[in-house]
Amino acid sequence: MKYAFYPGCVSRGGCPELYPAAKLICERLGIELEEMPGASCTGAGVLQEKNRTLGDTLNARTFAMAENLGLPIMTICSTCQGVMSQANYRLKNDPEYLAQVNSYLAEEGLEYKGSADPKHLLWVLIEDYGIDRLTTLITRPLGGVRLAPFYGCYLVRPTEALGMEDNPERSTSLEKLIEILGATVVDYSGKTRCCGFPILTINERNSVAMVAKHTLDVKDLGADAMVTPCPLCHLNLDGFQPKASAQAQRSIGMPILHLPQAIGLAMGISPQELGLRRHIVNTAPLVTKLGVRA
Amino acid sequence: MDLTLRVRRFDPDSDNPEPYWQDFSVTVEDNATVLDALIKVREDVDGTLSLRCSCRSSICGSCAMRINGHATLACKAQARDSLGDDNVIVVEPAGVMHVLKDLVVDFDLFWDKIMAVEPYLQPQGPEPEGEYIASNESMLHLSGVTACIMCGACVSDCTVLEVDPTFMGPAALAKAYRFTADPRDGDEEGHSEDRLRMLSEASGMWDCTRCFECVQVCPKGVAPMDRIMSLRDQALAAGMDKNYGARHVQAFSDLVEHSGWLDELRIVPMTMGLGNVPALLNVMPEALRALSHGKLPPLVHPELPGAENIRNLFEKVEQGGKEPEGHH
Repeated sequence: MKYAFYPGCVSRGGCPELYPAAKLICERLGIELEEMPGASCTGAGVLQEKNRTLGDTLNARTFAMAENLGLPIMTICSTCQGVMSQANYRLKNDPEYLAQVNSYLAEEGLEYKGSADPKHLLWVLIEDYGIDRLTTLITRPLGGVRLAPFYGCYLVRPTEALGMEDNPERSTSLEKLIEILGATVVDYSGKTRCCGFPILTINERNSVAMVAKHTLDVKDLGADAMVTPCPLCHLNLDGFQPKASAQAQRSIGMPILHLPQAIGLAMGISPQELGLRRHIVNTAPLVTKLGVRA
Repeated sequence: MDLTLRVRRFDPDSDNPEPYWQDFSVTVEDNATVLDALIKVREDVDGTLSLRCSCRSSICGSCAMRINGHATLACKAQARDSLGDDNVIVVEPAGVMHVLKDLVVDFDLFWDKIMAVEPYLQPQGPEPEGEYIASNESMLHLSGVTACIMCGACVSDCTVLEVDPTFMGPAALAKAYRFTADPRDGDEEGHSEDRLRMLSEASGMWDCTRCFECVQVCPKGVAPMDRIMSLRDQALAAGMDKNYGARHVQAFSDLVEHSGWLDELRIVPMTMGLGNVPALLNVMPEALRALSHGKLPPLVHPELPGAENIRNLFEKVEQGGKEPEGHH
């Protein structure tokens, strides 16, 4: 299995532990990754506020690069996934629009032919890799650990662009994956809500209130950690948890795992190799509960 | 078809006024809606069950409530499609708004926000001699917003309103857009600068998280979040860029244009304003904590190979004009 790898900006920026953890588990899983070094930022929905056509053009450029490689795209970021899916939906359903966007790409010698179908690692594992194959590689099941899923808005909405109708299993894929890892799923209504990150620099109080709400909800339900396929959610839920704790006037201490870290732990990879020490919220109690050496 | 309605109930006049769950098992026609099932419960099982409904045809907007965790019109939700494990359908009152009894919520919060955006045309130029003329195209565009039936589903599931009731919210902001995008509103050019200035303030358009909840739950395809994005577009075009939200968009765009990918180290000071010492000091604890954990983005942010092609695209597309308003 081979994919054109789209890691996104944050896995190499604010969450530098994510990129190596993803590469590491893909190597162990036998998923080959080919990077597209010239692929730009998706725009994250922010650039699209200013100019949606520009955002779609940048994504069409990435899609064209993957077409030239003859590989399907895999990402490790819910936000990148959502923005790419939305762009792809508009481009595939409007030939005139696609032609307009391609006219911008022509100077670089690129053309998007409309065949891309970008997939998040989470979807790749469930849909392409296969649950049975993945299960055989789980050598250290996370039994006794209670994990709360946190999807990130753009991996669940809007459902039409994300192909949820044709792939209904996507809406419960994170819970499914947690079960495969041998952990217990902590279910709560906040799992598909917003982490607050997009308004962090605009209305910090509201942003941090969202962090407090979700982390305290799962804490009250007895979760040992949260798992997220979105590094932007991780930045807020982990990095701003101390502030959330102060604002809510309650101690929280909820470790937030990136999806590849949770998978890696269940594959027997050490917490250190997975970069758990780089987290803001102390992961030591979780590691102790797993009964492994940090 | 046999099913169980698991209903979140609340009676303020009971001895113990706490919300509780109650299961009702009913048999309904195969083509019944969730509303049909609820009415059956009220008529045949428990006459004290309170809910609002009227048209039963997704037109009046009375029966918005949460079904299986998400706001929708009970009359639009087919019971068959809503069945969960053990044929259970979970029914709760709409979120955010105060529950009066069972599935009935107080709409004051909803209407207060709608009224706050002054939902009526306010032409500012001289009155025309005949009627105000608006193009068919502009009215067709607005018909997407005027399709709103004021059901409150978007307000119920808004992630910002959940933590901050002062946020104007999706319904009122979409309603505001209905006027800012109306060529008859505002000055002679149809620009509604006063409105945009008011909507750019705290609790307005820039407080939306872009989470898509309102787009997803709206039963009429109004796509309130898309309208909020169009408001931002209008505000930026009108030069109203002296706030964190507008500066964030501009900084993000400039940084991606420059190197092809986001420089996370620089976006925060660029959004806050380099001279904004209190705001920068406020994020210092997080920045230092990130630094001590080896989490700070690289100090030197290299540009991507072929970044000149990306800069070129920025120039070409921005010159090429934007897509028509509301295109999605």
